[in-house]
Amino acid sequence: MPSMQPAAAPVIDGPVIDVRGLTKRYQNVTAVDDLSFAVPGGQITALLGGNGAGKTTTLSMLLGLLIPTAGRIQIFGEDMLRHRYRVLPRLNFSSPYVDLPHRLTVRENLNVFARLYSLRRPAERIRELADEFDFAPLLGRKTGALSSGQKTRVALAKALLNRPELLLLDEPTASLDPDTADWVRSYLERYARETNASILLASHNMAEVERLAADVLMMKAGRIVDRGAPAELIARYGRRTLEDVFLDIARDRRHPAEAAQ
Amino acid sequence: MSDAANSPDAAAHAPGFALSDRMSRIGAMLLRHFYVMRSSWIRVFDLMYWPLLQMVVWGFINTFLATQSSWVLRAGGLLIGAVLLWDVLVRGQFGMTLSLLEEMWSRNFANLFVAPLRPAEYGVALMGLSVIRSLIGVVPSALLAIPLFHYSIFAMGLPLVAFYAVLMMTGWAAGLLISGMLIRFGLAAESFAWASIFLLAPTCGVYYPVATLPGWLQTIAWFLPPTYVFEGMRSVMLQHVFRTDLLVTGVALNLVYIALGLAVFLIAFNRARARGQLLQTGE
Repeated sequence: MPSMQPAAAPVIDGPVIDVRGLTKRYQNVTAVDDLSFAVPGGQITALLGGNGAGKTTTLSMLLGLLIPTAGRIQIFGEDMLRHRYRVLPRLNFSSPYVDLPHRLTVRENLNVFARLYSLRRPAERIRELADEFDFAPLLGRKTGALSSGQKTRVALAKALLNRPELLLLDEPTASLDPDTADWVRSYLERYARETNASILLASHNMAEVERLAADVLMMKAGRIVDRGAPAELIARYGRRTLEDVFLDIARDRRHPAEAAQ
Repeated sequence: MSDAANSPDAAAHAPGFALSDRMSRIGAMLLRHFYVMRSSWIRVFDLMYWPLLQMVVWGFINTFLATQSSWVLRAGGLLIGAVLLWDVLVRGQFGMTLSLLEEMWSRNFANLFVAPLRPAEYGVALMGLSVIRSLIGVVPSALLAIPLFHYSIFAMGLPLVAFYAVLMMTGWAAGLLISGMLIRFGLAAESFAWASIFLLAPTCGVYYPVATLPGWLQTIAWFLPPTYVFEGMRSVMLQHVFRTDLLVTGVALNLVYIALGLAVFLIAFNRARARGQLLQTGE
């Protein structure tokens, strides 16, 4: 897969993402509450939590779409609040809640974003991604006429146009059938492995997180309530699956270690 | 394929800061709206429709009044020239806000602003789009007025370029103010985007001299840059004098309003970022 090769091997000392005391308040509602975490390079990390846990709010602050009430975000060692434009060319993002313009064809949309990321040969890169994501026959079709699964694949291709060193994904396999979802997960695994890119994904798809993530940040009510590799979390809670752990946390069941005391 | 050749400046040492990168991003936004126009002839027709209709109506009014009024008779096409220049202003403002509305309708804001597109580059692209849309809107009407009413606005010569520039600047200032409101209040402010520019119509003396207005309204009128254009146009058409004093004042006022519009836009943009509204720009 030639297009997966990194344009230049990222040289990063320390974590790719370093968040300290991140807080977002809307009047009386605290959406994200004093979050601190670091994401190392070349690793897939997951934000796992139920609806309203603060996953999307956290991603939005990391992207600079949302200004935090308090806290510090460093990406690639740069202060995201002060030097956002030094960082943005090196990352990308995809979310099922953000659309590409429906009236433009798939090729036109990708061409616009290729130029926004200053690609030198946009047509070649678009062709590569269309082949990899198997939507070459759809390039001339209006984006609004695609099925939701096809839209998700095109949105992922858009997110990979600039070969990001950091990929932020909100529910990357939402709306995909199991076969395509499995293919996308394999692709993301390969992408992270072969390019040494970091991926931070927000999801409540347990199977996805269990398969992809080396590290899981369990979120509830805007806070990180637990953290670890999927196997560690499962063992710590004495459960068989990550879903059981999720339910324990979501339903405020006591941590097994605490219960034993 | 050489990956290095195809890599974005993201992978280079100075990501996204070169002039070529800035031009690429501005070009991307122009291209995005060119694609929209290319995909829908009805949208292009819509740009021309109202200016054509206005020109025809005012053309016949002008023809009628020329038989009744020596003032109109003295300068053939006075009202047609006025309506064409008025449409430059309206299309200039619409051109800017329509481009922003397209992003809101398509819920594309988040994609745009996680790309390295800076607000200033976006603003330059919007200004470019406003020029393109105003030309598409007004030039066909101006051309049609020649065979239909034997009036060519192009006969004004260089003053026409100056009038066009001043009106475009006002369109940008209004466009920036309204764009700020759209970003801050979302599509709830959409009707404001279409209606607000018409507040200027009765005040800035499009079809009649400012002296016609009551005193207090004249004071307001002289704070509006288009007033200087329409007074200047009448001076060219009736007295055959191009008044640079009017032009300079119009430009100076525009600079103040553009600075104000830019400040409002940037404040609204940052407020929208603080409130998470860039993610929720749809209905």
